[in-house]
Amino acid sequence: MLRYIVQRLIVMVPTLLAISLLTFIIIQLPPGDYLSNQMAELRSRGEAAGIEKLEFLRTQFGLDKPWWEQYAVWLGAWPGPDGFSGLLQGNWGWSFEYSKPVADVVGDGLVLTIILNAATVLFVYVVAFPIGIYSATRQYSWGDYGFTLLGYIGLAIPNFLLGLVLLYYFNKWFGISVGGLMDPDYIDQPWSMGKLWSVMAHLIVPVIVIGTSGTAGMIRRLRANLLDELQKQYVVTARSKGLTERRLLWKYPLRMSLNPFIADIGNLLPGLISGSVIVSVVLNLPTIGPVLLDALSSQDQYLAGFILLFVAVLTVFGMLVSDLLLAVLDPRIRLSGEAST
Amino acid sequence: MTMPTDSRKLDHYVNPEPFDPYQAETLTPEQERFYLASQWKMMWWKFRRHKLALVSGLFLLVLYGSIPFTEIIATYGLETRNSDYLLAPPQRLHLFHEGRFVGPFVYGYEAKPNLETFRWDYVENSGDVQPLRFLCRGDAYKMWNLWNWDVHLVCPAENGVFYPLGTDRLGHDMMSRIVYGTRISLTVGLIGITISFLIGITLGGLAGYYGGWIDSVVQRMIEILRSLPELPLWLALSAALPVNWSPILIYLGITVILGLLDWPGLARAVRSKLLALREEDYATAAVLMGARPKRVIARHLLPNFMSHLIASATLSIPSMILGETALSFLGLGLRPPITSWGVLLNEAQNLSAIEFYPWIMSPMIPVIMVILAFNFFGDGLRDAADPYK
Repeated sequence: MLRYIVQRLIVMVPTLLAISLLTFIIIQLPPGDYLSNQMAELRSRGEAAGIEKLEFLRTQFGLDKPWWEQYAVWLGAWPGPDGFSGLLQGNWGWSFEYSKPVADVVGDGLVLTIILNAATVLFVYVVAFPIGIYSATRQYSWGDYGFTLLGYIGLAIPNFLLGLVLLYYFNKWFGISVGGLMDPDYIDQPWSMGKLWSVMAHLIVPVIVIGTSGTAGMIRRLRANLLDELQKQYVVTARSKGLTERRLLWKYPLRMSLNPFIADIGNLLPGLISGSVIVSVVLNLPTIGPVLLDALSSQDQYLAGFILLFVAVLTVFGMLVSDLLLAVLDPRIRLSGEAST
Repeated sequence: MTMPTDSRKLDHYVNPEPFDPYQAETLTPEQERFYLASQWKMMWWKFRRHKLALVSGLFLLVLYGSIPFTEIIATYGLETRNSDYLLAPPQRLHLFHEGRFVGPFVYGYEAKPNLETFRWDYVENSGDVQPLRFLCRGDAYKMWNLWNWDVHLVCPAENGVFYPLGTDRLGHDMMSRIVYGTRISLTVGLIGITISFLIGITLGGLAGYYGGWIDSVVQRMIEILRSLPELPLWLALSAALPVNWSPILIYLGITVILGLLDWPGLARAVRSKLLALREEDYATAAVLMGARPKRVIARHLLPNFMSHLIASATLSIPSMILGETALSFLGLGLRPPITSWGVLLNEAQNLSAIEFYPWIMSPMIPVIMVILAFNFFGDGLRDAADPYK
């Protein structure tokens, strides 16, 4: 097992490198950079004083260097003006727009993003699991059709609109304040039961909104897997031995169909994180979504780059976790993984 | 069993009809039709049984068929605005006025200032009957960029207005703008899927046919792209489109971006099928006869699972349409004057829209319907893709 974990971690290194390179290329794509845009603006207004400072910043961040050198400095694999100081050394870069280190800008947002996504994954599992089993064991019943229809609708409504509408009605019916992750009264207050409760109440809408399409897909796959298993010979054997339906279901087919359920987290996560970004913008949640949007439109490249990298790494780690869980659950995977190397 | 005692000798019986040695194997005309049918015909038969998919397919066909005639179908021009009616609510369509049949008509608005909300309240004035006109002259436009024309399917009464879905902040007719948006929103998916299809087949084909290092490079690319969340990447890429591009270039850029990130799924399907099929005898035969890889792949291998590919491509169009809608909604996608459903929804970003003028959100109805239709249609296609099962 340990060997498998180490092996998986090693495989991740080139993936992460490739992702960081891709991210860097993407944030470099727009012509110019934040500082040269600022300089052009200052120059057009005839203010010479600020330009010198910006020039200093430009050399400080190596923006006058070729792109691959900038990338290496950003990564921390090449000595910049301050020696090796990049992502690898824990320096996440500098946000030009906020004139603060990126770490200070995103700070709490990262934690909230992780909490939001973890809550959504939990929601997807908790909802999809019983419904999937119900739909598979009572195929073609009214309930099955109903859930299928609901799933299709969940797939078809754009996330952000569902968010807006739900937010409106939650506000109207339950008096939950609009936007944010907690009641305005609790902001900057120490943690208490009330605050925790408020955060939970505010998490409901985004979690439902982000999770719907993922849940719909998950139900469909669990249903299909379970239906496949239920047709197999061993189920017939077990039934003829006189096992009760419930015991039969729990004992064999359900366990078999759990595998894809966990492996699916790889398909699920990119979608969820995509969803959390746009839903955060619409619902004004203090996650990194709105920050990313701002950073992208103002070409605050290190901030945008770090957030892009962060969401990608979050996905990759989610997949790692799902792989490891699978390996715990199903020894065959572990063995075949070792055999192939 | 005993023989009859007074048995006469049985007559020698010969059937005068001509003898057909294959009689037992002949098929009824029905069976014959079935066994001789081409693959595509069988797919159609199978698809036809899927009623929901059939209806969805027809719906999409009608929508796509209407694209060239947008200017005629829309009541007003894209930029026509009436500053007398800002954020006016939808007008209901009536047939009878005071028990008398008038034909389809609407009541005119009466505007009253509301001093509490500082807005204009528009109410229907039931004395002002405005019968609709059909195939009539209205706003001028340039048909297919060729000739000037002004014929519309439906027009308001002379000096009247017809806003079946209300108006927006600037007094544009929502209905007409949704009709214009159809053109953009639907084509985004088509162009995007074409790009993704080309990339997917090429890369997947190369990987599956050659194997070896090409395969591992493509595999790694697929893995990395699939592990990235799409929307942030779409956001970043569309933010990278130069500001000074014309709206039409932006439109093309966005479709390319949508297509660029979508191919891994297709490529993976092509690759795994090709890996299996290239070992088949007929593929070897084609190679031995001197066919070049391109011909072997395109002519001998791809047709085997083209139907599957088309089905899965259909299923990935909705995500592109939703992607475009999301990007435009956030203001990083298409830019006016190019109008898509997402651009229209951009106006509905705050809660006051839902509270005071919910009709601003009406573009979400076509979005939902099209996405559902594509999903049902794609499911039907997928089931029909293998008619021999």
